[in-house]
Amino acid sequence: MPKPDAEIVVEDPAAPASDSPAVTTSRTVDVAVSLLLFAFAGLLAFDNWRTGMGWDSTGPQAGYFPFYLSVILAGACLYGIGKEFLARKAAAETFVTRDQLRRVLQVFVPTLLFCLLMQWLGLYAASFLLVAGFMAVIGRIAAWKSLLTAFLFVLAMFVTFDIAFDVIMPKGPLESLFGR
Amino acid sequence: MEAFGLLAYGFSVLLTWKILALMMVGLVLGIFVGVLPGLGGPNGVAILLPLTFTMDPTSAIVMLSCIYWGALFGGAITSILFNIPGEAWSVATTFDGYPMAQQGRAAEALTAAFTSSFIGSLVAVLLITFLAPGIASFALKFGPPEFFAVYLLTFCSFVGLGREEKHKTIISMALGLLLTGVGMDTVSGQLRMTFGSSDLLRGINFLVAVIGLFGISEILLTMEERLALRGHAASISLRVVLKVWKEMPRYWVTLLRSSAIGCWLGITPGGAIAASFMGYNLAKRFSKDKDSFGKGRIEGVFAPETAAHASGTAALLPMLALGIPGSGTAAILLGGLMVWGLNPGPLLFVEHKGFVWGLIASMYLGNVVGLVLVLTTVPLFAAVLRVPFSAIAPMIVVSCAIGAYAIQNAMFDIWLMLLFGVVGYVFKKIGIPLAPFTLALVLGNRAEDSFRLSMIGAQGDMRVFWSNGLVGSITTLALILLFWPLIGGAIGRMRSALVKTTT
Repeated sequence: MPKPDAEIVVEDPAAPASDSPAVTTSRTVDVAVSLLLFAFAGLLAFDNWRTGMGWDSTGPQAGYFPFYLSVILAGACLYGIGKEFLARKAAAETFVTRDQLRRVLQVFVPTLLFCLLMQWLGLYAASFLLVAGFMAVIGRIAAWKSLLTAFLFVLAMFVTFDIAFDVIMPKGPLESLFGR
Repeated sequence: MEAFGLLAYGFSVLLTWKILALMMVGLVLGIFVGVLPGLGGPNGVAILLPLTFTMDPTSAIVMLSCIYWGALFGGAITSILFNIPGEAWSVATTFDGYPMAQQGRAAEALTAAFTSSFIGSLVAVLLITFLAPGIASFALKFGPPEFFAVYLLTFCSFVGLGREEKHKTIISMALGLLLTGVGMDTVSGQLRMTFGSSDLLRGINFLVAVIGLFGISEILLTMEERLALRGHAASISLRVVLKVWKEMPRYWVTLLRSSAIGCWLGITPGGAIAASFMGYNLAKRFSKDKDSFGKGRIEGVFAPETAAHASGTAALLPMLALGIPGSGTAAILLGGLMVWGLNPGPLLFVEHKGFVWGLIASMYLGNVVGLVLVLTTVPLFAAVLRVPFSAIAPMIVVSCAIGAYAIQNAMFDIWLMLLFGVVGYVFKKIGIPLAPFTLALVLGNRAEDSFRLSMIGAQGDMRVFWSNGLVGSITTLALILLFWPLIGGAIGRMRSALVKTTT
């Protein structure tokens, strides 16, 4: 008789509630994306028409291939929009709930800040701030654990990429302090 | 047989301490990536790709493909122990794998999964070993029209055979093809779609897009879900392994069928996920005891895992022989080839023998080592899941950023990665498939070049795509596949009409 194995349990107290109100429906986003892509296709079609979308003595011009692709893209978008409008009775599926959106922004905003900071602080210092900050603030993990993990992680990255593999990353004042 | 000699040569390339060490590192990283939530095969390979930039191509591809095998093995761990499929193709493994774990037979289920994955890839690698060189030498005779026809076939089969809504597949593909056109035109040297930006001059790098599409967007998607999990810790003893292996030959029909399905769907672009479901469903249909499926039947683990690994491996066949990837991950590996300065396509077999046969040999060795590694270290990797996601998420973001920046040393690429992350998130949620996008991004330039070269050769006569039997039949097949949903529907209607008139 095999004995039941030990369990691994991980809790997620900040999980999004399942009854959180919807921010928007999938269909709204679907139509919005289609319209956006349609406009994008139009812009590219115009640019390729300007480049030259016809034929000359050497064969198709530079804009030929992309021009017709933008036409196909625009056509597929129009088809999608038309389909959504004709099938208006279908149940509206939730695209994202308020709780979910909050969680997504919890990752996205720090990532955005990380990319911004990287330009002045360099990648490694910005990484340290991102990992430590994210763990402590959003993960609610004890400060010393967050700082230690972040430090070890960044150190490992620096040793791997900068020292062992010679992959150059954006650097800031901190690295120049150490003369790297 | 010539293949044996070449394979032996491949092993001789492989058997250096450095490459063996890289192989182990790749496998461990891969299993790690497969187990972690929010990461999987394509993401893992994309994120870890920059590690290989300064390596020689053979070491690089061996390490990357081992990451891929590792991720495939790792996906089964979470499916069985936690009912969380790490990958779309692991979904079918949860049907019987998780019930088995609940009954305290986790070790059995894991052994079954790992062993059948091993068998699946072995069959596919054998196929690659004996088929790929032939296909490649045949493809050496291809001119631009033939190549364009093959690209067309790839794109059309995605549209015709994919499960997603057709117009969404077309949107994703057209967008991908358009984005590859940005920058300097390779034929005329003219600038296209750059809108005066000097950053767009370089074009949109495939790998930057992939890191955003798969890495960043996957973190956003993972955060949306409830991250709590409850599952079983398991360790595998030798006794269990031997018991499962003894039982295995009884299911040889299932194993063989799933391998065949996997190989076929893996070679066909866009079929990798379908393979595991099809393997499972067919095993169920042909079984005498249908009701026991879904309640912890070991055959229900054998069938999808064999098919998934066979297809994952077989997807590398068209990539090696023709330069056309059969799956998203294969597309990323192909992107890697270009970074290391190799030109994918049939010439690879002639110009870079060591590379190709080293890779094929590493598929054999990597799977054997991987099997032993996962069987012995499961408890360790299952414990990785205890690490909170709030520690893993920022680390993944940092790795993505390093990857994106390293490709061209450009800050602009970091912003592009972020943009593609958002695009990937939205696309996934509204059902626009990402695989055609990836494929279009990696094949776009070559498809356009081959089209224009054929047009220049034929002075703008479209009939060049039907100028001989070979190119004509490929082009026709492509068009049939493209319109398959319409044709299939028409045939169905005709049949039912016939049935009505005869009865």
